[in-house]
Amino acid sequence: MTDVVEDRSPQVRRTVVKTLVVLAGMFGFAFALVPLYDVFCQVTGLNGKTSTSAQTLVHEEVDTERTVTMQFVTRGSAGLPWKLEAHSRQVRVHPGQSTEVYFTFRNLGDQALVARAVPSVTPSPASLHLRKLACFCFDNQRLAPGESFEAPLVFQLTRDLPEEIKTVTLVYTLYPQDQGPDVAVATVADGAPGSDKGRRPASGEDPGGEA
Amino acid sequence: MASLPPKHRLESSASEASSAGHDEHHYRPGGLMRWVLTTNHKEIGTLYLIFSLTMFLIGGVFALVVRAELFQPGLQLVQPEFFNQMTTMHGLIMVFGAVMPAFVGLANWMVPLQIGAPDMALPRLNNFSFWLLPIAFTLMLSTLFMPGGAPNFGWTFYAPLSTTYAPPSTTFFILSLHIAGISSILGAINIIATILNLRAPGMRLMDMTLFVWTWLITAFLLIAVMPVLAGVVTMMLMDINFGTSFFNAGGGGDPVLFQHLFWFFGHPEVYIMILPAFGIVSVIIPTFARKRLFGYASMVYATASIAILSFLVWAHHMFVVGLPLVAELFFMYSTMLIAVPTGVKVFNWITTLFRGSISFEPAMLFAIAFVVLFTIGGFSGLMLAISPADFQYHDTYFVVAHFHYVLVPGAVFSIMAGVYYWLPKWTGHYPHLRLSQWHFWLSMIGVNLTFFPMHFSGLAGMPRRIPDYSLQFADFNMLSSIGAFMFGFSQLLFVVIVIMCVRGGKKAPAKAWDGAEDLEWTVPSPAPLHTFEHPPQYRPVEH
Ligand code: HEM
Ligand SMILES: [Cu+2]
Repeated sequence: MTDVVEDRSPQVRRTVVKTLVVLAGMFGFAFALVPLYDVFCQVTGLNGKTSTSAQTLVHEEVDTERTVTMQFVTRGSAGLPWKLEAHSRQVRVHPGQSTEVYFTFRNLGDQALVARAVPSVTPSPASLHLRKLACFCFDNQRLAPGESFEAPLVFQLTRDLPEEIKTVTLVYTLYPQDQGPDVAVATVADGAPGSDKGRRPASGEDPGGEA
Repeated sequence: MASLPPKHRLESSASEASSAGHDEHHYRPGGLMRWVLTTNHKEIGTLYLIFSLTMFLIGGVFALVVRAELFQPGLQLVQPEFFNQMTTMHGLIMVFGAVMPAFVGLANWMVPLQIGAPDMALPRLNNFSFWLLPIAFTLMLSTLFMPGGAPNFGWTFYAPLSTTYAPPSTTFFILSLHIAGISSILGAINIIATILNLRAPGMRLMDMTLFVWTWLITAFLLIAVMPVLAGVVTMMLMDINFGTSFFNAGGGGDPVLFQHLFWFFGHPEVYIMILPAFGIVSVIIPTFARKRLFGYASMVYATASIAILSFLVWAHHMFVVGLPLVAELFFMYSTMLIAVPTGVKVFNWITTLFRGSISFEPAMLFAIAFVVLFTIGGFSGLMLAISPADFQYHDTYFVVAHFHYVLVPGAVFSIMAGVYYWLPKWTGHYPHLRLSQWHFWLSMIGVNLTFFPMHFSGLAGMPRRIPDYSLQFADFNMLSSIGAFMFGFSQLLFVVIVIMCVRGGKKAPAKAWDGAEDLEWTVPSPAPLHTFEHPPQYRPVEH
């Protein structure tokens, strides 16, 4: 037994080394898939994510021939006593036109909390053609108990939106966020509605914050 | 134990000086320590098989809890929370604790014997990879007693169910999967190193039996995808404990990414559980048909193509997550493509049987049942592969019927066929014929009674993993539950048969079956602890 196994041991070692290399490679590959997936989705728009910072308006002539229905859906999440409401459930827009709609955040709980509305677009290819000039979704929001806060979304569907897309649904899901000091927090001093209050710096970083 | 005399230490230091440490040829510790420290491939194979059988029975009890609750509509026996833990633990234990270790155990026993090697290439690593398993699964089972209960998110542990909404025991579950994964990886390295380097002089790759071939390919699959599983659970661990957001949409992550990563591992994993089964059946059928295997080379190529294609089909588990049309089409067609090499295999088995001089020993009964019932599972798989149809079938009992047909009368039956086939070699006795036949028929009827009605309840829309159901599914579910108890209890008969066979029975000669031609039948029955210490004279057979 020793003879054979030992005779072959350099070969065995070589095989083992090769398999270990593959092994390490595959482990790295699994982690590499995470950024690859993000890049892939960004290029193709496949996961319906929109840009995380403000984009500029594309100046193009409004295509009055086409009308697209833009729907807004809002969802809360478990353990977050907040409500997010769209002032208009749906609007009819022409590609190229820029539109402003309003949303209201309400903290129904008895604690100040930080949360963020995370957008998702269906059908996902439309996400490449939805430009947001201003959106509350670029920042975290902090609301005191009972506080409410009105914020605008300014968006444009570009004219190269594929012909077959007649309806675009934009879903906002509220997620609680950690209240760490490093979190960029957009706050409103008082609950008074006003569009200027909602217009946050577009960078997404508001380091002053309150926390 | 105290029975470890100084002699052992002396010898190990002596052999350390002479470079290889693993040869304890002349001395063996006795009693329990003999099993704990063994580096012998046959003893380790036996340990794996006993471990697997234990897990099979534990996982079976969990399944019976599920089926008992589903015997009637309404909630009778368990709370929904506990029901979820039972479905989850059943799946995890059966996949990682029963089926995979059973195949590794068979590989340990039979690969060296079939290639004429004295042992596995890395005997001490072999011991280590076995002993990781009891640790992993003790840990996994202990989560049942932890506050908040065991994992309850299904064996596929989709995030965020398994991260944001998971019970606290999830961290232990992750650790146990890591340990079990390391065990599989080490086992795979060992098998590859053995097959590639320790074949008897003159044995070319294309002379190997199909069991060895399928295991070689399976081992490569394991090396390729177990690290991905390790990566996924590591990301979960970080999401849960270190505040990262790999899969948390609230932090910019993506739960769908979890499914991509999981199924990139998961689909090859299902082939890890079936390729060795193909190998076992491909050695049993020629033996009892007393013919050479039809299409040996095409079997090898079909196995390799299935393995390669298995990396390109993962999203057939995700047809309803909102894939773009091109992806739906790609994964639909690539999945159907796998049916081609699979069909080649079924064709070859049937052609091997054609005009053979067939006898129906218990091993052969299980092998033939495998061919028939696995094919049914393949067909339901094809139905699921039709992406528009899958929108209806997904997450219903139809899927449950599909994968149980490929896994129970598929993988599990092949393991039983292998056990009945090789028991004479392991123990020197034939298993009790009458009882084995009873075991076969009870299992056969039980399995079909359990899983066939699930096709219908699934098509009628019964969702999976739910402890209650509406009244129109009652009859099908009652049948399924009766079948499940029948199948479950007939496995006790299997335990009895194996124990009886170890203790005595009709003596088996070296060549226990008259149509058996592979190398393992040239060593005495029971196989002595050390075989092929001098490489056998191998005469290539024309396949
Ligand atoms: C012709 C071959 C096969 C085809 C076309 C096929 C196709 C599929 C498809 C499309 C699904 C997803 C169904 C859904 O969730 O809606 C599925 C699920 C599954 N298949 Fe197969 N399959 C095949 C063979 C196998 C084999 C050989 C195994 C294992 C030995 C297997 C194990 C599974 C498992 C475990 C699941 C369910 C996973 C889960 O959601 O829990 N399949 N199969
Ligand atoms: Cu699959």
